Amino acid sequence: MTRLRSWWSEVTLLRHLVLAAAGLLVVVAVLESAGDFRSLQLASMAYLGLAAGGLTILTGLNGQISLGHGALMAIGAYTTALLLPDRESSTPLALVVLAAVGATLAVGVAVGYAAARLHGPYLAGATLALAVAVPGVALFFKGRLGGEQGLRVVLPDIPEWVLDLAFFVTGQELTRSRYVAYVAWLTLVVTFVLLANLSRSRVGRRWRAVRDDAVAAELAGIHLGRARVSAFTVSAAAAGAAGAMMAITVRLAAPSGFTLNLSLTLLTAVVLGGLGSLTGAIIGAALLTFLPQVVTGWGTDAGLSDIRAAELAPLVYGLVMILVILLAPSGIVGTLRRLAVRRTRGGPEPAPPATDAADPAAPSSSDALTTTSKGTSP
Amino acid sequence: MKRRHTRPAPLAGVLATLALLAACGAGDDRSDEDGGGGVSEVGVSEESVTVGAHFPLTGVAAPGYSEIPTGAQAYFDYVNAQGGVHGRQIEYLVKDDGYNPTNTNTVTSELVLQDEIFAMVGGLGTPTHSAVVDFLNEEGVPDLFVSSGSLQWGDDVEDKPYTFGWQPDYEIEGKIIGQYVAENLPDAKVGLFLQDDDFGEDAEKGVRQYLEDQVVGVERYTSGNTDVGPQIAGLQASGADLVLSFNTPSYTALSQLVSLKLGYDPQWFYSNVGSDPDLVGSLLSEFSEGAVEGSASSLDGVLTTEYIPGIDQAEDPWVQLWQKVWDEHGTEGELTNYRVYGMSHAYAFVQALQAAGEELTRDGLVEALEEVGQDLDGPQLAPFRFTADSHMGISGLRVVEIKDGGAADPLTPVLVSDIGDAPIEEDTSGQADDAPPEGGVPE
Amino acid sequence: MQQLVNTALSGLTLGMVYAAFALALVMIWRSTRVVNFAQAPMAMVTTFVALAVIDAGHSYWLGFGLALLSGLVLGAVVERVVIRPVEGKPEINAVILTLGLFIVLHALASVVFGNRYRSFPAPFGVRGVEVGDTTLGITGFGIFSIAAVLVVMALLVLLFRVTDLGLRMRAAAYHQEVARLLGVRVGRMLTLGWALASVVGSLAGLLIAGGSLVHPGFMDSIVVFGFVAAVLGGLDSPVGAVVGGLLLGLSLSFVSGYVGSQLVALTALAILMLVLTLRPGGLFSQPAQRRV
Repeated sequence: MTRLRSWWSEVTLLRHLVLAAAGLLVVVAVLESAGDFRSLQLASMAYLGLAAGGLTILTGLNGQISLGHGALMAIGAYTTALLLPDRESSTPLALVVLAAVGATLAVGVAVGYAAARLHGPYLAGATLALAVAVPGVALFFKGRLGGEQGLRVVLPDIPEWVLDLAFFVTGQELTRSRYVAYVAWLTLVVTFVLLANLSRSRVGRRWRAVRDDAVAAELAGIHLGRARVSAFTVSAAAAGAAGAMMAITVRLAAPSGFTLNLSLTLLTAVVLGGLGSLTGAIIGAALLTFLPQVVTGWGTDAGLSDIRAAELAPLVYGLVMILVILLAPSGIVGTLRRLAVRRTRGGPEPAPPATDAADPAAPSSSDALTTTSKGTSP
Repeated sequence: MKRRHTRPAPLAGVLATLALLAACGAGDDRSDEDGGGGVSEVGVSEESVTVGAHFPLTGVAAPGYSEIPTGAQAYFDYVNAQGGVHGRQIEYLVKDDGYNPTNTNTVTSELVLQDEIFAMVGGLGTPTHSAVVDFLNEEGVPDLFVSSGSLQWGDDVEDKPYTFGWQPDYEIEGKIIGQYVAENLPDAKVGLFLQDDDFGEDAEKGVRQYLEDQVVGVERYTSGNTDVGPQIAGLQASGADLVLSFNTPSYTALSQLVSLKLGYDPQWFYSNVGSDPDLVGSLLSEFSEGAVEGSASSLDGVLTTEYIPGIDQAEDPWVQLWQKVWDEHGTEGELTNYRVYGMSHAYAFVQALQAAGEELTRDGLVEALEEVGQDLDGPQLAPFRFTADSHMGISGLRVVEIKDGGAADPLTPVLVSDIGDAPIEEDTSGQADDAPPEGGVPE
Repeated sequence: MQQLVNTALSGLTLGMVYAAFALALVMIWRSTRVVNFAQAPMAMVTTFVALAVIDAGHSYWLGFGLALLSGLVLGAVVERVVIRPVEGKPEINAVILTLGLFIVLHALASVVFGNRYRSFPAPFGVRGVEVGDTTLGITGFGIFSIAAVLVVMALLVLLFRVTDLGLRMRAAAYHQEVARLLGVRVGRMLTLGWALASVVGSLAGLLIAGGSLVHPGFMDSIVVFGFVAAVLGGLDSPVGAVVGGLLLGLSLSFVSGYVGSQLVALTALAILMLVLTLRPGGLFSQPAQRRV
């Protein structure tokens, strides 16, 4: 058993692929039993999860905070909208998504370079300004980017072979909403496999080393700026994919979709789930997608007007966010994991700092440094 | 040094979550309701018809606008209490979109796909509704009486066969205002204060047809940015002594405040949207030192337009009906012009339902409106323009001056026109003088 | 010419308010090395307290005073309850906490006070000041705003430079261990620092609200602009905060008036990036030393 386990944790790529395949099966099972509206909700969950996944890599593994991921999603969404203006647009969807990722990646490199010199609050401030400024660009270039009303996104017709395949596999006609949800979840699974592998690779170890102790990492031969820029770029690319998925899900790219609130929401998802954990990002996204209805329901039951009940959901998020940091800094995933570990070991574990425990794969920081220095020494 | 701890794989949790979701999802399957005597249209049963709408109930656009659905609801309740339409009770679902197009999209999906509404009635806002208009038309959901004056709801019937406008579009409002100024204030130096979207653009197009030579300055504000100081300073610098403003009510209050600050005192002409004296007055009422008179009289002397009778005309038979409806079925608060607006489009919807007949279908409703739309009675001062070729709403309005704490004093007869270079004419339909039927429910 | 003057005056007034706001951020940063992203919603809440008092029929000044007082209390409570537990933990924890607080206060205000525009009174009138036969684009209240910020700055300088209390606060912020050895009750000093900063923030809120419309989100743009102002100056420098605030207020006003109001936020970003690229620690930062 032990041997099997250790073998299982050695073969990173294989493990991720197997899990991805299993994940896809579950996605199919869920979506086939979901109605149109539930499918759209699940698609929203997927794009929030994608962006949160990108952010969790940046914040959890590299220790950089970004309040501007909403703006990066906007770039992905607007790229998608520009490429899918009407039914006649002939660009295949996969290409559109790649273009959106590419555009966001480019912006990510630029912002990442500027950001690499900043740390802590300066970085938070710069990305905050980014989050607020980007929607203004869409307003200024009204002719090209649609102004306040934004750009409509017209999903190209579903290819014949996809329809046939879907019918062959599931025995049901593929509706548009379900198609969108499939595309979003497929993107999510592919992205997460890439992110998971990356975070286990040498690159990921460098990110963690920089997060844990910049000076030590530099002594160990890691180029700080490069590590920070690469983390930001990868994270931005995921946000770009999320933006593309958001555009096809809500069929619109408009400035009002990318407010500061979106960026804060993403951060909430990441913190709730557990910093640095991709699983946590998905759980956080699920909570953000499905909890509002529940909470709003409580509110109306308690006799609040609809309008005030609608404000309860953010109230609950905010409170939970504060409580998580104060009481369970490793988020949902980290806490569950610690409980599990405690049970198997039969003793309490010292509570590690937030950024550390949350990372499912994080070796302790000294561990990371040793591996890295080994990796880079001649 | 490798710690031998069990690393729960990152995706294991995903599986657990998804499995959970699957469990919830499976129980949530939509069951197709085929029961009931032969009626098979979505959202329609023998006993009821379900309709929906999106409105800003929260956020910056909520003041005023959030009252519209309460008015519509009161009128639907009134009709329901009298037996409904063709025996069907009208169920009216309102969702909050916070005037955010992305939210509009979400709540509209919810209304159409989950709540399965028969039709959308009175969804509010240009940027918001344009986010969902394609979806509604693709799904074949009648999209009646959009609460916005943008041209796009009615000028291309082939592209949007299910969408109908309601209020006079901003272009004809701009044209009529432009003509009024050209004829009555030919020496005025005109400044334009515009919301930076379709609203401002359509209106400017209309105004410029008549005033091209008189316009000395144009300033645009971004909705959401409450600092309009630089824009008003720009108008002042341009020397404009008559400002035509196409803005929302909050910005009427802001523009008045900033003008006081700058000592700028032009003649103001607010378009219908931004000119509700009660709302603007209540916003302005708190400022001290008598610099702004409290209450509704703060807009006295301002020019504006109207296309349905407002609460200042207590003698009007329509307003009396609305008052009665509000007294019997209203929620807390007084009858306001926004509630009158909601009741007015609710009234038109009831007419449409009646015209569509007992066998209610979505396409039947659209056909009925195209057929009888121009002849519908109602509170509107000028007739609708609904035909098979145009889904534009009310065809005209009149210019009024606000006096004595909010009363509208007509300066012109009801003038009608259409988009493009259609001429402006006096309305001869007699629509302005009609009165509601005895029971208050259209016959 | 008149437009130029008025745009500049409008920028000056706004700039002073940004300066006050940035000053509050700087005070907290110096004492606890935390950027308080919840500053704006905290000020929003105290502004609504003032509005509630005034709506209940009391005088403007009573509301003004109570708002500042509630700011004092709120600041102290936040430091004690929310920030104290994460002291010494990774700085990202504190950042996330203040962001969480941001969301909570926002939602709470919407639930309690409602989510609509309300007007907020201003003393000294809302008409512009007349000089000769032209009206300058600044109200009596605007002049009061500028004066109030200047007075507060002077008071803070006096506090930190002259008084014993100020000295202890500086010591506590500068080096906790040493201060503790010297008998300074560090915890108390930090709480006091937060409380005072929150008062300054509340003042900024009251000044922005006066003679304008408020709703739970009315301070949101100030979060960004106040923060940019503070970062421009270098988070450590009170003088920098004021200079940054004025610089930002004037530039944004001119961009809004002469280029387009959509570009205001983008301009703030551009200025910020420019300054940070040239001087990553802000205009008034001490070069070389980096905290590790």
